[in-house]
Amino acid sequence: MNYTDGKDIYVFIEQRDQTISEGSLELIAEAKRLISTRNFNDEVVGVLLGQNIESLAYETIYHGADRVIMCDDEHLLHYETHQYVDVLAEIVKEKHPAAFLFSGTINGRDLAPRLSARIHTGLTADATHIAYDETDLKSKTLMITRPAFGGNLYATIICPNHHPQMSTIREHVFEKLARDNKRTGNIDYYVYPHKNHDAIKVLEVIDKKEKTIDLTKAHIIVSAGRGVSNCIPLVKDIAKRVGGSLGASRALVDAGLVEKDFQVGQTGKTVKPTIYLACGISGAVQHTAGMEKSDYIIAINTDESAPIFDVADLGIIGDAKAILPILSEKLQNQ
Amino acid sequence: MNIIVLVKQVPDTTEIHVDKETGTLKRAGVPTIINPDDQAGLEVALTLKETIGAKVTVLTMGPGQAKSMLHECLATGADEAYLISDRQFAGSDTWATSKILSEAIKTLDYDLIIAGRQAIDGDTAQVGPQVAEFLKIPQVTYVEKVHEVYQNTITITKAYEDYKVVLNAKMPCLLTVLSDAYTLRYMDAKRLFETAHQPIPTLTNDTLSIDVEHIGLKGSPTRVKKTFVKAVNDKRKPLALNPEDAANKIIESLRSIS
Repeated sequence: MNYTDGKDIYVFIEQRDQTISEGSLELIAEAKRLISTRNFNDEVVGVLLGQNIESLAYETIYHGADRVIMCDDEHLLHYETHQYVDVLAEIVKEKHPAAFLFSGTINGRDLAPRLSARIHTGLTADATHIAYDETDLKSKTLMITRPAFGGNLYATIICPNHHPQMSTIREHVFEKLARDNKRTGNIDYYVYPHKNHDAIKVLEVIDKKEKTIDLTKAHIIVSAGRGVSNCIPLVKDIAKRVGGSLGASRALVDAGLVEKDFQVGQTGKTVKPTIYLACGISGAVQHTAGMEKSDYIIAINTDESAPIFDVADLGIIGDAKAILPILSEKLQNQ
Repeated sequence: MNIIVLVKQVPDTTEIHVDKETGTLKRAGVPTIINPDDQAGLEVALTLKETIGAKVTVLTMGPGQAKSMLHECLATGADEAYLISDRQFAGSDTWATSKILSEAIKTLDYDLIIAGRQAIDGDTAQVGPQVAEFLKIPQVTYVEKVHEVYQNTITITKAYEDYKVVLNAKMPCLLTVLSDAYTLRYMDAKRLFETAHQPIPTLTNDTLSIDVEHIGLKGSPTRVKKTFVKAVNDKRKPLALNPEDAANKIIESLRSIS
């Protein structure tokens, strides 16, 4: 789809069971910051699909959206790729947004690529930074930066000749705005061009049995790497004693020693706790990409040249296997 | 039943390191592997071949050297392999890559297409859904487990962030699978020998005849503006401490900060 510019930044508002995903609200805040840096007269538009979702449209506005396009339809109650792509493609064709941002959730990364293929535009995956072109104040071209090669390399991607410029954006990279119910904005009611899609039929929804602490919300993370692969229970114990959560490097998850839910890094979770204690983690970029924004990083490693020390506020050259038992004992005596 | 498996040869990103002096990637001598999620996809296909009978065709787009990977796929049990390769395809982003793959797939018979969720060099997870869209078939992404095939329906478990869904999908459809639940079997020594000289046809744009406006750098909506490695910020020098002092120091930090 070729347009010279397009208008407004659209954000897909992902919701499940009447709750808006954090990532969507973070994108509203970031899009708002972006448009404030230019005088395009653009707005931040939330696009909300579902059933009985009017209250969520208001929540979207309370969190900073200037406007919401809402499609409220029984066929949209649950996320389903075909139905959602149909609606979004129609909206794009009608309104010509300059950009369309999606949270990098499982649904976002299912939906955005399919939409980009249908409307023939470029899509950048899993971005962590977004800005207008500094060298051209009149340009709406977005410079979208993302990690690649397991976080070893960063690439800045542009989509100069197709619109909308699309991107999925990693969750928890930006901060959402505080809710303010004095914010106002229009809600456009969009009528759904419904087509029948019956290819996918849900048989059963299974909630994961072990309700583990959400790593991205933990204030303290005690993380285990290869250097402590044979004393993971000890790391868990320390995490518990300090009221934090266990984390792990990819090596331990790949080896089957720790569940995937606890993996921090490029292919795991991005975290920014108050304290991140890295035990026996060398600090490959793959890992640091997911934790370097932590407020205070403590690293223990036997190798003084380990890259983890480059991001650490407190680096300790030593054997975590020897330090952790003493640490555990001291915490116990407190 | 005809199954097409999409695979990609990738550098083993866990072996890539940044040269701090020059700020570039040290890529020399980094081994290539079959992308981990694609290995899982191939294993799903080979398992279906064993249980219900299927012809498994492996498809990759890449340079000529990717043939060695396709030979590995044949040796694990795939029946046929195609290399999609043409100078005109170079520089394709995910949109153009998916366009090319889908045009190649249209020349083959298929009931099921299996792709890895994402490749470890690009980590985009976009090619699967884009191919499905170009073929106008349903997609199920983030597939953790394939349970069974009954007539034209396949039963699958799809993983979400904090829950799972068991669902039926009508075929033909496209699945993208996760590497967690499947480990690709080893190559079979006998098959390795048998398939060593099996021809691997190369599909070029002479056969596919895709509009040059839709392929390669020219046909790619996105452009890489620049690449860079993250600046290493020198924080404090690490301290060499004995375990006792180290533990005290950590507790001190925990107290003062949290």
